[in-house]
Amino acid sequence: MMTNSGNKLTQGQFSFLPPLTDEQISKQIKYALKNNWAIGIEYTDDPHPRNTYWEMFGNPMFDLRDPAGILMEINNCRKIFSSHYVRVTAFDSTRGVESLKMSYIVNRPKKEPGFGLVRQEGEGRLVRYTIHSYATDKSEGERY
Amino acid sequence: MKAKVDSIILAYLAGVKMPKQTKKETTAGQVSVNLDAEFRKSNIHEVLDKLDRELIGLKPVKTRINETAALLLVDRVRKQLELSAGAPSLHMCFTGNPGTGKTTVALRISEILHRLGYVREGHLVSVTRDDLVGQYIGHTAPKTKEVIKKAMGGVLFIDEAYYLYKPENERDYGAESIEILLQIMENNREDLVVILAGYKDRMNKFFNSNPGMRSRIAHHIDFPDYGVDELLAIANLMLAEQNYKFSADGEKVFREYIQLRMKLEHFANARSMRNALDRARLRQANRLFAGNKKSLTKIDLMTLEPDDILASRVFQEGKLDDN
Repeated sequence: MMTNSGNKLTQGQFSFLPPLTDEQISKQIKYALKNNWAIGIEYTDDPHPRNTYWEMFGNPMFDLRDPAGILMEINNCRKIFSSHYVRVTAFDSTRGVESLKMSYIVNRPKKEPGFGLVRQEGEGRLVRYTIHSYATDKSEGERY
Repeated sequence: MKAKVDSIILAYLAGVKMPKQTKKETTAGQVSVNLDAEFRKSNIHEVLDKLDRELIGLKPVKTRINETAALLLVDRVRKQLELSAGAPSLHMCFTGNPGTGKTTVALRISEILHRLGYVREGHLVSVTRDDLVGQYIGHTAPKTKEVIKKAMGGVLFIDEAYYLYKPENERDYGAESIEILLQIMENNREDLVVILAGYKDRMNKFFNSNPGMRSRIAHHIDFPDYGVDELLAIANLMLAEQNYKFSADGEKVFREYIQLRMKLEHFANARSMRNALDRARLRQANRLFAGNKKSLTKIDLMTLEPDDILASRVFQEGKLDDN
């Protein structure tokens, strides 16, 4: 986490940038809609750069024309899970792709305690390294 | 200044040529705007012309739409001069009998609003009670929101809106749907325009029991029934679209048909005309087939003769056709 000041969780697009404004989010959504991708909103309080399984907030949204409706849902999710991570995903259902084309965080907890380096001593002089989020020491729902 | 701007726009909408205005600074230091350029930039005259051309009759409706368009254009010009008046409420209510062109006009309105920049996408989402109201507790809100999300950036057209409210059943979920709609109509005014449509008397009843709905709808437009001449003109227009036409006698007979049909039950104005023409086409095809004429000309294939219309049960027995 040397390059990441402020202990921010970095995952998906734009995560090294300052938080996106609503207007910027709308433009990203517009781009996804233009490409006919289904948009989903997901949240979690289990931060890890490689935790990709987040909870869905409502159903994925298909057949929309305008970002306003999605922004409404995002704000809804932000209100309910104000101290969770919230991200927006865009799923491309084209045969052969069938996976996310976009994913970016739109809400973070106010205080992110960051990650600690954990050393596990193996056989001989072997040491395994991993990272551990200080937030996950508490149980789910009480982390932030 | 406002009165002047109004008169210029109304004159444009009426197709009158006015001297060009240019942007200039008056002695008082007030900036004037170029209304002419603004009007041409918005391209609404195309839509208004199309409305005029494709929709027969409907004088009061057209006048109202022209007035609304003028208001919106002036509002936009006012915004340029920083004379803010708040976002105008654009929700509308269309009342009228079936087949009087409510959906078609809604389509045009969405286009006009799009060109004037009051909705971002300009698409029309047409729904009825079934699309909004759920079947069990907790089903209605997500369903209504789904539809609203789809309509955002465009126009939400709710046909037969009075079905949303069923006073005889106090546990009906329609009320929940209305509540969500009201909230959205108030809070997301710049995202979505709602148009309610239905029969006049039932809409009035609906508004009386939902005063919140009435107060949020600024524009009430009533669609009058068509007269015989208008219906005939509509029929001719429909035929022309499908590359058919009446023979001279055929047109006379069809006029009689309209007069008879109007007195019968379930008369649905333009929609009845469409159905009558579809049946006439069927009979024409049968006549050509049974006629055993060796070679048919293009004219033969295009023309509807009196026989095609006279075969209708409206003439034979004074009853409706089955199909």
